[in-house]
Amino acid sequence: MKILVPISQVPDTTAKISFINNDTTFNNAGVTFIINPYDEWYALVRALELKEAGKAEKVTVIHVGPTENEPTIRKALAIGADDAVRIDGDGDSSFVAGQIADYAQKNDYSLILLGKETISYNSAATAGLVAGFLDWNFVPYATKLDVNGNTISLEQEMDGGVNQLSSPLPLVVSAAKGMALQRIPNMRGIMAARTKPLQVVTPSTDFPVYTKVESYTPAKGRTACVMISEDNIDELVDLLHTKAKVI
Amino acid sequence: MSVLVYIEPHKGNIKKTSLEAVSYANKLAELISSNVTALAINISDEGLKAIANAGADKILSVNNESLSATNIKALAEVVNSAIKEENATTIIFAADGTGSSVAPYVAAKQKAGIIAGTIDFPIIDGNKLIVQKNVFSGKATALYSVDTAIKIITLTPNSIQISNTKRSPNVISFAPTFDAANGVVLKSFKIDEDIAKGGIPLADAELVVSGGRGLKGPENWGIVEDLAHALGAATACSRPVADADWRPHHEHVGQTGLAIRPNLYIAIGISGAIQHLAGVNGSKTIVVINNDPEAPFFKNADYGILGDAFKVVPKLTEAIKKLRI
Repeated sequence: MKILVPISQVPDTTAKISFINNDTTFNNAGVTFIINPYDEWYALVRALELKEAGKAEKVTVIHVGPTENEPTIRKALAIGADDAVRIDGDGDSSFVAGQIADYAQKNDYSLILLGKETISYNSAATAGLVAGFLDWNFVPYATKLDVNGNTISLEQEMDGGVNQLSSPLPLVVSAAKGMALQRIPNMRGIMAARTKPLQVVTPSTDFPVYTKVESYTPAKGRTACVMISEDNIDELVDLLHTKAKVI
Repeated sequence: MSVLVYIEPHKGNIKKTSLEAVSYANKLAELISSNVTALAINISDEGLKAIANAGADKILSVNNESLSATNIKALAEVVNSAIKEENATTIIFAADGTGSSVAPYVAAKQKAGIIAGTIDFPIIDGNKLIVQKNVFSGKATALYSVDTAIKIITLTPNSIQISNTKRSPNVISFAPTFDAANGVVLKSFKIDEDIAKGGIPLADAELVVSGGRGLKGPENWGIVEDLAHALGAATACSRPVADADWRPHHEHVGQTGLAIRPNLYIAIGISGAIQHLAGVNGSKTIVVINNDPEAPFFKNADYGILGDAFKVVPKLTEAIKKLRI
């Protein structure tokens, strides 16, 4: 079994977010980019654990994006992926998912494992789109995943409890917190990543871009915090009840 | 041509987020002079009444026990049949439970543009829908446009009011075919101990009490639970607390945990790092209790109490109990 791990590039979690061109474009200037944490910490690391346990032959990372995103792909190789693919294009979730699905189908991957959402666009749509394009089984928000031959067993937190699931391959899984623990690449991994294969593929024309961002608005901060004395808790309860009307 | 709204199976009951989706569909249908068909999957008669009240003109009711909430592929097939049956051009899902997963699956099949996680009603611009959503984990919002023949929108929970239209829709029994063979199978469901004792699932909660490292250890969580109990709130925690196994991972709210937007979020002993704020800054009202005047959370809160949580929280619990008598 070969595992394909799609990775997104996102601004670092502490990055200051701003926009240019009349608030129509994200301002890249001075922003550090990282692998989307859900893709890296949970999906990629679990895929590597499966390979180390002899349950997968190969782990390939795939990224849809321009040349300047290659350092992010190299980081995934440094963490331990065997090889990488960059689809040389960019677009909305439908475009990105279509490219991933197309590559997976043409290259005989049977498990696609990615993060539940990106911390940039927070749509949680890519995994479901990939599964829909391929007509494969889909398990979203998985917190555990194991392989027993051709059967995948999974856990998923839903409706205040845990679902234990099983599915045959092929399968698309989106990973949530709990599936694995973050790995820091070591020097050997970083050196090895420089020479690991990174294949660049021209995007398929079967998957158009359907949505467009017209404009961004930075979030307004809250107005000044009202400080209440610890000896006057009744005042807080009164404000929550009569002013904020939340209790 | 109609607006179709997906009502997910939920052990026969109707979820609040599903009724929000019906209300959204109702408003959209009004804006584009269309009507609303609700696709209700394994929903009780009482649930169907609630759907009617929130604004459906017609209900396609599917009753089939083999249609499991864990089989996204089969659920998507049922939605695709309903789209065809109703000649639907816009499909609304709650961005919750199965909705946020079935929606993109259907979008791929229908070659539909999808905008996931809107927070407000859309703007109509000819054949284009302009839809607002949160991006960069709540650090900004974006206006998206979509103009495909079929459009799919998912609605973030707790974003809009449920409407009250008192309609009497036709309820039509709908039995589309779907392939359940070789699907995802539910082996077992283990209910969370707190939920089993009457606790409230975090994702659905309107009131949330959350604890951080300032509480010093898992043995001190009694004061958080007592306050949550007095309020009828769910409990949550910050990432270090979940990582140290003081609390279960599913209680972790923040950038890499669960993002929530309750009406009230009370943060106890949480400093308010940017990653934590990303998961809670959609909350309507935020109360911060912390003994560190420099805690960044005070700059992102509506109400703050500077003080020792072990003294403040029990007093707050007592004050809430007085209010609730």
